[in-house]
Amino acid sequence: MSPRRTEAGGRIDRLRTIRFTFDGAPYTGHAGDTLASALLANGVTLFGRSFKYHRPRGLLTASVEEPNALVTVLRGEVREPNIPATMVEIYDGLAAISQNRFPSLAWDISAVNQLGGKLLSAGFYYKTFMGPVIGPLKGTRFWMFCEHFIRRAAGLGKAGTAPDTARYERMNAFCDVLVVGSGPAGLMAARAAADQGARVILAELEPHFGGSANWSGETIDGMPAADWAARAAGQLEGRDNVRLLPRTTVWGYYDGNTLAALERVTDHKETPGKGESRHRYWTIRAKSVVLATGSLERPLVFPGNDRPGVMLAHAAERYAIEYGVLPGDRIGLFTNNDSAYRAALALKKAGAVVVAIIDVRPELSSEMRKLAGETEAEILSGHAVIATEGGKALSGFKVQRFDMVNGALSGDARSIHADCLLMSGGWSPTIHLASQAGAKAEWNEALQAFLPPKPTTQQWIGAGAFTGSFSTAEAIAEGRAAGLSAAGATATPAALPAVEAAPGDPDPAPVFEIKAEGKSFVDFQHDVTADDVRLAHREGFVSVEHLKRYTTLGMATDQGKSSNIPGLAIMAEALGKPIPQVGTTRFRPPFSAVSIGSLAAERFGDLKPERLTPMHDWHVANGATMYSAGLWYRPMIYGHPGETIEQAYVREARGTRESAGIVDVSTLGKIAVQGPDAAEFLDRLYTNMFSTLAVGKARYGLMLREDGLAFDDGTTWRLGQQDFLMTTTTANAGKVMQHLEYFLDVIWPALKVHVTSVTDQWAGAAIGGPKARQILAACVSGTAVDNAALPFMGIVHGEIAGVPVMICRLSFSGEMAFEVYSGAGYGTHVWEALIEAGKPFGLVTYGLEALGTMRIEKGHVTGAEIDGRTTARDLHLDWMLSKKKPFIGSAMMDREGLIAPDRLELVGIVSLDNQPLNGGAHIVEELDEANPHGSLGHITACCYSPALGKYIALALVKGGKARRGTRAYVSDPLRNRFGPVEIVSNHFFDPDGSRMHG
Amino acid sequence: MLITCPYCGPRDVIEFTYQGDGNRQRPQPASQNLDAWNAYVYDRLNPAGDHNEIWQHSGGCRAHLRVVRNTLTHEISSTAFARGDHNSVARHRAEDKP
Repeated sequence: MSPRRTEAGGRIDRLRTIRFTFDGAPYTGHAGDTLASALLANGVTLFGRSFKYHRPRGLLTASVEEPNALVTVLRGEVREPNIPATMVEIYDGLAAISQNRFPSLAWDISAVNQLGGKLLSAGFYYKTFMGPVIGPLKGTRFWMFCEHFIRRAAGLGKAGTAPDTARYERMNAFCDVLVVGSGPAGLMAARAAADQGARVILAELEPHFGGSANWSGETIDGMPAADWAARAAGQLEGRDNVRLLPRTTVWGYYDGNTLAALERVTDHKETPGKGESRHRYWTIRAKSVVLATGSLERPLVFPGNDRPGVMLAHAAERYAIEYGVLPGDRIGLFTNNDSAYRAALALKKAGAVVVAIIDVRPELSSEMRKLAGETEAEILSGHAVIATEGGKALSGFKVQRFDMVNGALSGDARSIHADCLLMSGGWSPTIHLASQAGAKAEWNEALQAFLPPKPTTQQWIGAGAFTGSFSTAEAIAEGRAAGLSAAGATATPAALPAVEAAPGDPDPAPVFEIKAEGKSFVDFQHDVTADDVRLAHREGFVSVEHLKRYTTLGMATDQGKSSNIPGLAIMAEALGKPIPQVGTTRFRPPFSAVSIGSLAAERFGDLKPERLTPMHDWHVANGATMYSAGLWYRPMIYGHPGETIEQAYVREARGTRESAGIVDVSTLGKIAVQGPDAAEFLDRLYTNMFSTLAVGKARYGLMLREDGLAFDDGTTWRLGQQDFLMTTTTANAGKVMQHLEYFLDVIWPALKVHVTSVTDQWAGAAIGGPKARQILAACVSGTAVDNAALPFMGIVHGEIAGVPVMICRLSFSGEMAFEVYSGAGYGTHVWEALIEAGKPFGLVTYGLEALGTMRIEKGHVTGAEIDGRTTARDLHLDWMLSKKKPFIGSAMMDREGLIAPDRLELVGIVSLDNQPLNGGAHIVEELDEANPHGSLGHITACCYSPALGKYIALALVKGGKARRGTRAYVSDPLRNRFGPVEIVSNHFFDPDGSRMHG
Repeated sequence: MLITCPYCGPRDVIEFTYQGDGNRQRPQPASQNLDAWNAYVYDRLNPAGDHNEIWQHSGGCRAHLRVVRNTLTHEISSTAFARGDHNSVARHRAEDKP
């Protein structure tokens, strides 16, 4: 018979049936089931194929450490691979598929890899695919050639290609005491700390609080331990100073007692609530941390220990008690310690037959004899399992007499018929977080386990099995003491909850492996066998870190939670050294897999902040297609029905040059630079002079970085003797502000200057074109706007529609143009007045595309050209480099490499085949489509120019200035665009500026 | 990591921007000593232990701080305004007012 649901028992809701599919087949389970328990209840034992050998694999564990039963969960088009089935709570409509099998889980072609077992031993890939020393596939090229095929054969689940539509969020939390783990120790710690008035957060990675109390079958305070835990958690829930986080894995322990946690908010729900995020990434800052993370049971290493049906003893106990599922009917137990006897008894009570208990120890304590007697099993002390039988499911196992002192097997092997074999190789405290916090683990010979040492710099206290105190009574006492201590209180004697538990000695026998014929798995997920570990040793790998890398032991998604200690023990034996001298690797975050989405959280999707200009709603209402630039949203085009993007921007740019156009420039960075030394400060910042600028005038300025490369450009307006308004490019607004603040704070603190970001205080509209002045004249009052009152780069103050405005005559489009600034709150009001005034003159609204087109026609630079690699000379802005004063970057800008003749210089490019050009395409002297090479530089910006009637571009080209008037080619193999171009000056249109000067 | 801003108190590192090695000495603006400029722009100390650093409280008061941080333990032994004694600067400014 196969595994089945018991008649009664378990913490599942038997009245609620849940329907789900696995590999397309429909199954049912109950509310409270995991995918693992529900499938097991349906008799499924085969969950996946192993990584390298494609061996059939079933459930080894019941929780986060599961190495075998990894599945891919499908949500619509979105697929999430490599999720332990033990961590998936079922819901109606859940669809999961198995992994690493072809064509199906039961019939897997690559399972032939098992036959070639010797070939695929440790280091196989390194040894086999270090290619020949000559020829087309020499060296690593051969590996790269083979890798594609290997990756397909060996591996885990496949990532999806559909974008993840789920929402992720991030939370910051602060508390006095963070308790990690909610077993009896964690619950007691949380309660004790909360009683002291401390702000407590209790995080539990499972859906239910209680940890081992949920399946230990013990009695606490006269009630079943699970009920005691539920009551304790319920009492905590009602408290104002306690926050309970179920389904929350604390996965990282960082400096300053900062911990990272992942809360799986809606993974267990059929449909998430409105606005509910899928995962929540918690950053928790705790004054003190109680680590009550429990311990992980270890497998024993023996031939065939990976066959479906072989599982950890406590996992079987958990399936029986918590989920009401029997993992088999005829059950054997193989152990080196006392803890597993309780599991055998639990399965007996749940209805299974315990056929045999095989204990490596020659003598059993009288207590264990009594427990074993209750199971009615045959007791084989001083024996070991040397093989398992069956195909894709266990049908039995072989035992032989075993001497645990020298590991020798003797006597005749005997077969025992069974469909489930429990194994227990002792327990390892879950010390991962303590290890991350910097503590070096200490080996405990009696417990045969690494224990967490005393904390060093971080403020944490351990409790329960985490510290190696494996009994519930100890956990309760230590938990309370840790909670009090973490809350800053001294422990006082108190009556503790009474525990009735099965007896048992916590010390296991020091046996990790049974050496017999066949593959004995150490790392189930990466298919690392005991022989692989010994092979690594024979080949000279003696450090545990090297062993890990060479065999990949402990490097799979489970990070060796079940395999680290057995692997270490086998290595230690091979080296002839005791385990503590071999050492252990240090654990690093994350404790278990973390969704990338949760790390990105608010930086994507609808949680990303938006910056909208004052006129945003107007743009949207008037047909603008909005374009996201950084956090800003800006009109890209104001398209007419049926227009392409190119048609729209060409119409907008042509309209501007023929009559007038208006564009929203509110996103430009604006910084008020004020104070007695403001002019002096600007002289030091900019390459050109600002102290000579008259009040009421503006000047174009260029800033360099300290290393002499171009940094940012923009106009700065002198509004008063000590009052300047600096504008920066949209993208650099924050960086320029920081640059200014740094120099004022750190380098020149004596300068009396104050800088204030006023980007959001001003709304800006640029209006340009032959009729721009007439439009202004029609709506501006309080000032003249003629050439005398408002010359090029002049500033006037007036009113539009009753609102005070500041108008500066400057031009980015190359037309006679004006920037009209008003208070941000009046932005739309002024904008609408300008639109109204422009109607008789044919004023068009234009967006970023037309803005870009006109600036390319004029050869102005933006961030695409000021890319952090170009100098002022490269951009033909050397006329702005003052020789009269030092400025930031002046000392470094003339270094040899920055004035070399073959530098990339700004040029214009004209397409000669009348086809569009692409940004990022290369410019070459000779075209070679088959083997593109010889790049002279690249295109930075491109467009169709209505003014020239051609496709044009700006480019950075080696020695570009000298190449003006010559032919070259565009080479763009990615987009398969090759063709002839002419290199020209970047000033395509109206090079002498007659239009803008009027 | 928490940095104690003299204005704002202990704040998370996420509010701060690292602004580089605090040991750098900027040459006089008119200096033509390229070696000195080169050292200022490119040379950085990389001590295993206490390090003088400049941090800006960019998500707070925006002041630049001189922070002494142990690069091995992240322990911060002192923080101060990069401008020097802030009170004296503030006083100095007050005196300048007409």
